[in-house]
Amino acid sequence: MSSHLTSQVRLRKFSGFSFLCLALSILAVSLPGLSFAQVDTFEFETQEQQKRFRSLSDELRCPMCQNTSLSGSTGGVAEDLRREVHRMIMEGMSDEQIEQFMYERYGDFIFYKPRLKPETILLWFGPLLFFLIGAIVLVNIWRKAKKMDAEPVVVTGDSKSRLDALIAEHDRSKAVAKNSNE
Amino acid sequence: MNRSLAFLPVAAFVILALVMWRGLYLDSKELPSMLIDKPMPAFDLTTVDGTSVTNDSLPSEPFLLNVWGSYCLPCLVEHPTFMRLSESGEIPIVGVNYRDQKALALNWLEDNGNPYAFSILDEPGRFGIDLGVYGAPETYLVDSKGVIRYRHVSVLDETIWREVFEPAIAELRAEEAE
Repeated sequence: MSSHLTSQVRLRKFSGFSFLCLALSILAVSLPGLSFAQVDTFEFETQEQQKRFRSLSDELRCPMCQNTSLSGSTGGVAEDLRREVHRMIMEGMSDEQIEQFMYERYGDFIFYKPRLKPETILLWFGPLLFFLIGAIVLVNIWRKAKKMDAEPVVVTGDSKSRLDALIAEHDRSKAVAKNSNE
Repeated sequence: MNRSLAFLPVAAFVILALVMWRGLYLDSKELPSMLIDKPMPAFDLTTVDGTSVTNDSLPSEPFLLNVWGSYCLPCLVEHPTFMRLSESGEIPIVGVNYRDQKALALNWLEDNGNPYAFSILDEPGRFGIDLGVYGAPETYLVDSKGVIRYRHVSVLDETIWREVFEPAIAELRAEEAE
């Protein structure tokens, strides 16, 4: 009986909570219209143009704000450059032409993916270089360890008698320790 | 095993440390201009007073091109330097009123003084894009043929004037006198 009661109470509590959730999510859904109102609205003739606009303004970096794409920046230049990207798309320019336009004015910095050229080779292949250095070092260590395992160690002459003495000494002290423990 | 190889990690460390040490003192906010040694982009605009201007209106001697706006506080900081330069007639200064409003720009010049031969009105910031501007203030040194020779980003104070612009202008004038 009592367990039945508590489960009912729980149910009621839960429905109150879910009502709150529902209210909050309705609020959240209605909010974006407000919070994105400051972002400029562009009109496109085709879906493809809109898609190109999105990917270009994600791949181009805002020159003023250092680490934000054109699409994510509220900076003045970013706003102007978004407008230019839209204009160029509507005028039928290709992505390459638009990227060239940006490059001529703002240089490599404008691209999140810099162009491959002598100044950017280290940027592109630096990580690979470090990986290769690490791999070479690792392989060397492995090979040396293997060689040491494979070759029996040969000890002769003076070293041999010293080694024998040391081993005998070691065995004796071990035996003594064992005896004293027992 | 070659013993000298043991110094390789130390050498690698020293080289890497030097590279990173230098990196600490690089200003990543100052981007190199793409327009160095290129002619000023073509323009057919008006000044803040409403007179029309093109590339032909530019001075036929080395001059400074200063990108400014009435909203721009650092512009106010460098303004006294430009006022001094225009009063002493050391070098002509052309303004680019960047992403501003005409009325606000005129007020600003009235309040703070006008060191510019003229100020190109660039309300939409379109000419700024052709110049590769990313924010006021920026100052360009342009030669008598209209070729951009140097760009300075942010405030041009007396120290920068003395240490950077004065020698660069002297060098440019000597080069042009030849």
